[in-house]
Amino acid sequence: MIKINALIEVFPQLARGLGITVSVLIAAAIFSYIMAFAAGLCRLSKNVFIRKATSVYVEIFRGTSLIVQLFWLYYAIPMLFGIQLGSNWWTGVIAIGLNYGAYMSEVVRGSILSVAKGQTEAAIALNMSPFQRMRLVIFPQALRMMLPEFSNYTIQMLKATSLVSLIGMTDILYYGDIIRSANLSQAPIVYVLVLIFYFLLALPLIFLQRKAEEISKKGVASQ
Amino acid sequence: MKWNWEIFFDAFPFVLQGLGITVGLTVTCYLFALLLGFFWTFLRRVPSRPFHWFVTWAMEFIRSTPPLVQLFFIYYAWPMIPGVGVTLSPFASAVLGLGIHFSTYIGEIYRSGIESVDKGQWEAATALNFSTYQKWRKIILPQAVPPVIPMLGNYFIIMFKEVPLASTVGAAGILYMANTYGARNWAYLEPLTIVGIIFLLLSYPSAIFIKKLERKMNTRFDKNTILENSQKGAVL
Amino acid sequence: MLKPIVEYKDVHKSFGEVEVLKGINLDIYPGEKIAVIGPSGSGKTTIIRMLMTLEEPTSGDIYVDGKNLWKMEKNGEMVRANEKHLREIRSDIGMVFQHFNLFPHMTILENCMTAPIHVKKEDKEEVRERSIHMLERVGLGDKLNNYPSQLSGGQKQRVAMARALVMRPKIMLFDEVTSALDPELVGEVLEVIRDLAKHEDMAMVLVTHEMDFALDIADKVLFLDKGIIAEQGTAREVIEQSDNARLQEFLRRFRK
Repeated sequence: MIKINALIEVFPQLARGLGITVSVLIAAAIFSYIMAFAAGLCRLSKNVFIRKATSVYVEIFRGTSLIVQLFWLYYAIPMLFGIQLGSNWWTGVIAIGLNYGAYMSEVVRGSILSVAKGQTEAAIALNMSPFQRMRLVIFPQALRMMLPEFSNYTIQMLKATSLVSLIGMTDILYYGDIIRSANLSQAPIVYVLVLIFYFLLALPLIFLQRKAEEISKKGVASQ
Repeated sequence: MKWNWEIFFDAFPFVLQGLGITVGLTVTCYLFALLLGFFWTFLRRVPSRPFHWFVTWAMEFIRSTPPLVQLFFIYYAWPMIPGVGVTLSPFASAVLGLGIHFSTYIGEIYRSGIESVDKGQWEAATALNFSTYQKWRKIILPQAVPPVIPMLGNYFIIMFKEVPLASTVGAAGILYMANTYGARNWAYLEPLTIVGIIFLLLSYPSAIFIKKLERKMNTRFDKNTILENSQKGAVL
Repeated sequence: MLKPIVEYKDVHKSFGEVEVLKGINLDIYPGEKIAVIGPSGSGKTTIIRMLMTLEEPTSGDIYVDGKNLWKMEKNGEMVRANEKHLREIRSDIGMVFQHFNLFPHMTILENCMTAPIHVKKEDKEEVRERSIHMLERVGLGDKLNNYPSQLSGGQKQRVAMARALVMRPKIMLFDEVTSALDPELVGEVLEVIRDLAKHEDMAMVLVTHEMDFALDIADKVLFLDKGIIAEQGTAREVIEQSDNARLQEFLRRFRK
């Protein structure tokens, strides 16, 4: 039943999309982490305007679908501003990065807020400046708390990269769709292989997440 | 090309035609996921190590691969499998695809609810000689369910935001309508903006509602800890 | 005559509607060991938390070395102190907390070293030596590279004391430092405090429920009741000569 020939035929074709999937994931992840920290810290700012402006960004990107945001950026930005975002690759990276950056900014904010109050008090008693309190005491602990959520969102981002095939990026799914439209009877083997590809990419992230959960359990004062 | 209000108002009723499908799909997918979630929770409680291992990794597989690919598998590939293949409508494919994908998350939520019930409750129920059914019905579920209601509510909103994926297989929700309008008139900006606005208008208030619910549940179920904390604050 | 290092002048503090301190007047002299006793809810902890700048007085002034702690002069007017002003004065004060508040992501040696290095910009090697010396003094010389989670409550509290001492404060505040400890661990912490009281010339203010210990080591005892200092004097004066009925009842209940 399982046609070895088909497998041998399909596998290398799908593998051609690996580069795009991985590069979009890495770039989007880096971009989203940066957005998460920037927005998360802005939401803790004393300045009301910065706080409000950031929460507008966060709520808009959390309140709508990634796929809608992707299409919107894909079609609308060139129309609205007459500029191209470099390429579809960038459109994908920016859409995923902004979307998950908004979600993860909540993680950053929440973790910083959940470091126990006593930690700040001890830092004050040692006469640390507000910046030193953040850098030496609060942030290192908050970072440990963020790790599991961050790795979880990174897995979500891996899944989200499959959307870039819809704007013409030649990722794994894109090549899968090409083979399927050429020969519908190969669809089962194609999509099973695509799923396996994504799962293999997710595996290291899954283990990373488990590791992150262990780390975060240690070395944090919360309560 | 610039923003055009005429197109905006022209596209609005057109896009809105898809709202019924989007909402209907959200509700159906969600209910299906709620139902299937029980199935996972039940499977994970089967006391066989290899089976438990298998179920855990099956869930992990479904959860960490893209729902879009799963949807394509159900829509395009399943009919091609000899013997078991069935052709499904876009709507049914989406219900199955998104339902299965999110049921793995829902199953985890059920599990966390059950595990949050103190072990002593089981022992007390046993000591009072409740039957297994009575234990679940009277003791465990009444304590396990309420705390996870807000989390389940969150997944309703998440589902709502994932449903537009179904437009890729032709389910005519608002995103599908917007794309159709865009292709016909070569004007994507306004209809897509309308889709964004509709999502925001529906999901933001729901998110606030869930947050309130969460706070309410917390005060109900952690009354003791909250009381303790407030007293801690007061003692000088 | 010796000048006080800390002066409280008619200090009031309210939390919302509740006024917990209703006019505190208090002088602390260099090197003086003061014990603050009284029923819970009487505002004991608040007194030292205001000096540590963790709570701001509702009204009244606190002076440290003659400088107003919570107010500063700006354009000829007294305004609310800013962080810079607070930091300047705060360098004279150290505190040990009821719940230790050790930094869980640092080893105990790092806990001691971080503030002198980053706050006082002192030489790292010198700080390390001093920290090790201090940790040895509190009996934890063999735990330098352990993390707080690996220590018992009593050990944690001894680290917290070493951490505060390495900063060389002129005034040390102890906020119910034995209240969160298991009974069998209280002794080792009190021993360290007794050692400090005997050999260090800094001022110490202890908020405590360990009545016998407080009366034993303190130069001056304050009995706080209902937001005011109801009685003060040497331990002997407070125990034997006071006719304050509530104090006598309190002592009966808490002395062993």
